[in-house]
Amino acid sequence: MTVYATYNIKGGVGKTTAAVNLAHLSADGGRTLLWDLDPQGAASFLFRVKPKVKGGGKALIRGTRALDGAIKGTDFDNLDLVPADFSYRTMDLLLNAGQSGNDTGRSAKPALRIAELLRPLAADYDAVFLDCPPGISLVSENVLHAADTLLVPLIPTTLSVRTLDQFTEFIAGMAGHRPAVLAFFSMVDRRKRLHQQATRGLSAGRPGVARTAIPSLSLIEQMSVHRAPVTAFAPRSKAACAYRALWSEIRPG
Amino acid sequence: MASGLRGFVLDTEAAAASARTADDRMAAVHAALASAFTVTADRGARTGPARRRTWLDTFDWRLYRAGLALSYERARRGSRLVLEGDDGVPQATQPAPRWQPRRPRLAADLEAGPVRDRILALTSPRALLPVAAAVSTVSVSRLLNSDGKTVARLIRDDSTVTAAGHGPAAALPTRLAIAEVRGYPGQARRAARLVAGVPGVAPATQPVVKAALSALGLRPGDYSSGVDAEVTAQMPASAAVAILLLRLLDTLEANTDGVLRDIDTEFLHDLRVAVRRSRSAIKLLGDVLPEGPAEHYGAGFKWLGDLTTPTRDLDVHLLGFDATARQLLAATAADLQPFRAFLARRRAREFRRLATALRSARFRALADDWRKVLLEVRDAGIPGSRRGLTAAELAASRTARAFAKVARRGGAITPESPAESLHDLRKRCKELRYLLEFFAPLHDPAAYRKVVGDLKKLQDNLGEFQDSQVQREEIGALADAMLAEGAAPAATLLAMGEVAARLAASQAEAREQFGKRFAAFAGPAGQGHVRVLLGAAASEAAR
Repeated sequence: MTVYATYNIKGGVGKTTAAVNLAHLSADGGRTLLWDLDPQGAASFLFRVKPKVKGGGKALIRGTRALDGAIKGTDFDNLDLVPADFSYRTMDLLLNAGQSGNDTGRSAKPALRIAELLRPLAADYDAVFLDCPPGISLVSENVLHAADTLLVPLIPTTLSVRTLDQFTEFIAGMAGHRPAVLAFFSMVDRRKRLHQQATRGLSAGRPGVARTAIPSLSLIEQMSVHRAPVTAFAPRSKAACAYRALWSEIRPG
Repeated sequence: MASGLRGFVLDTEAAAASARTADDRMAAVHAALASAFTVTADRGARTGPARRRTWLDTFDWRLYRAGLALSYERARRGSRLVLEGDDGVPQATQPAPRWQPRRPRLAADLEAGPVRDRILALTSPRALLPVAAAVSTVSVSRLLNSDGKTVARLIRDDSTVTAAGHGPAAALPTRLAIAEVRGYPGQARRAARLVAGVPGVAPATQPVVKAALSALGLRPGDYSSGVDAEVTAQMPASAAVAILLLRLLDTLEANTDGVLRDIDTEFLHDLRVAVRRSRSAIKLLGDVLPEGPAEHYGAGFKWLGDLTTPTRDLDVHLLGFDATARQLLAATAADLQPFRAFLARRRAREFRRLATALRSARFRALADDWRKVLLEVRDAGIPGSRRGLTAAELAASRTARAFAKVARRGGAITPESPAESLHDLRKRCKELRYLLEFFAPLHDPAAYRKVVGDLKKLQDNLGEFQDSQVQREEIGALADAMLAEGAAPAATLLAMGEVAARLAASQAEAREQFGKRFAAFAGPAGQGHVRVLLGAAASEAAR
């Protein structure tokens, strides 16, 4: 089981659309699970699944309900979803509450909780995607520990590039398990000179940045109207082709 | 992912009564579901080209008897084997590239995978044969909730089946299934309730393979190597003997084709057992048959039995080869490989001889003429002094006589007795066992189980004793033959020597245990079991 996480400290950079489309493409070759960790529930909305988990985030984090029981089948073969829940907004507190340990037999380290919750699913899925909320928090720290690969969407601006550098440095300094980091340009507007310059300047010869950039296209925005991955409702579109090219850079083998 | 299925069939009898077509009823199913869901055709690849399946089982229906159904499916994304339980739910699947379902294949020859793991011990050494084939058109509808989310699927399956890929085709009634989408079990239950309420739709009570077999007029489980003759206590003894000999002849003939096609080694084994049983029946019960023919056909079956011996002996060596090689201490398995190759060559040669004999006019005449004789006896009976004898009387007297013989000869065996005396006792035990099996329906089941259980343990001991000796002597003869052919490296001969030594040790161990085993069977407790058995048979005869 390979765990991917779409992560960026900023919101609105295309994390969820990337997670949804890449998970849909992954399901074509293996059993795939997408966990919508963002309390806004955008990924759940796009798969038409109600953003509701029985017992809320508390039951999952405490282990009183197995993650397995929260899984919903999507409309697509091989692709399942753990929906968002509004209670995820306080997930940091829930993760921290376990610090003293309890009787569920889990680790007392709150930063490893999500990795622990995923472990029993290793035989059921080939790939897991974590769609993370923006920000720096205990949730993002958990995701860094759980993921094998971090997928970081970047708006092609100097500031976001600077943030990537800081982030890469942070990962390099982490103790123990360190995920691989793969950044990719997202919401690229070819008409903007700044986007063109940043895309060219960064991707040329820089390790850890995908060759494929996801363009800013209205079809991607229309995912919320179709409530489906663009790779499903417009599989031959430019947008779908971009996600496929990105997935071919990411997927193992 | 679908994690549960609820099945239905469009009831053909109800449809005929109401003159409604399958399409009418499908429209009614859709209308019922539309009261709770939006029903829409699946855009995905599920509505694809025809699904082609071939069901496989061993000749003696081992998978069927274990409540399993194995099918080979050819599909665009690669072929696979699917193992389902009685409920039609897949228990294991594995890819099956380069599988030709019409060709018999041993589970041992399958690539490693979960299906092979599940069926290997169950089916070995029998081959998997095609039983029936189906071509199905499958269409899928999605059931959507108010958010437009798929919460269940309706699967329609229209199948046409043929027996093992040939013969006339039969159309099965349309089958429907509600497949659950993970996390939405309540919606699937609701959909199933709505479908169940449609007139002319009935719950599927049997998996599709059973429906296919019954549509083709095939009776799964109809072959068994057991005697299973329909003998009753009061029928004339001559008719009973004819019936059980006919049953043995059926078994013999049922296995002939499998022997000739060399499908697996059990065909020859079962054929040999049928021949041995027939010879014993003629010897022990033949006096209730017309005198001349019984003698004549007894000699015919001896000819047939002798013909099969060389091939079977070599089969036994080859079947146990890997286990034998694993037991080597001084030599290695590789040292024995030239022996295996030699056995295989010799087996091919002996098999050709056997096949020629089984295709001969003499064999055909033996089987055909014997059947005519037996049918005549069964239907007309025979005149003579034994006219009044019933099956129960015959069973009781011959079983008592056979038991007395075993007890007498076994009791005379001492540690100094020659090996031949134990070999002879083994033959007498076999005769007693066959008599018990022939008339099994006439015996009290509990008493029968006790006696056969005791006898089986004694037979195992005598079998171990004799087989170890025979195999050891054969290894000696085969070593001579290999030397003569120049096919015997020194390492191989040494390894064969080690195998022979192990067989000698097994034989000695069996001899040591003989006294205890014999006492358990023929001692006071064993005699008590036989008295109970024969007492019950006698009272059956008196009635």
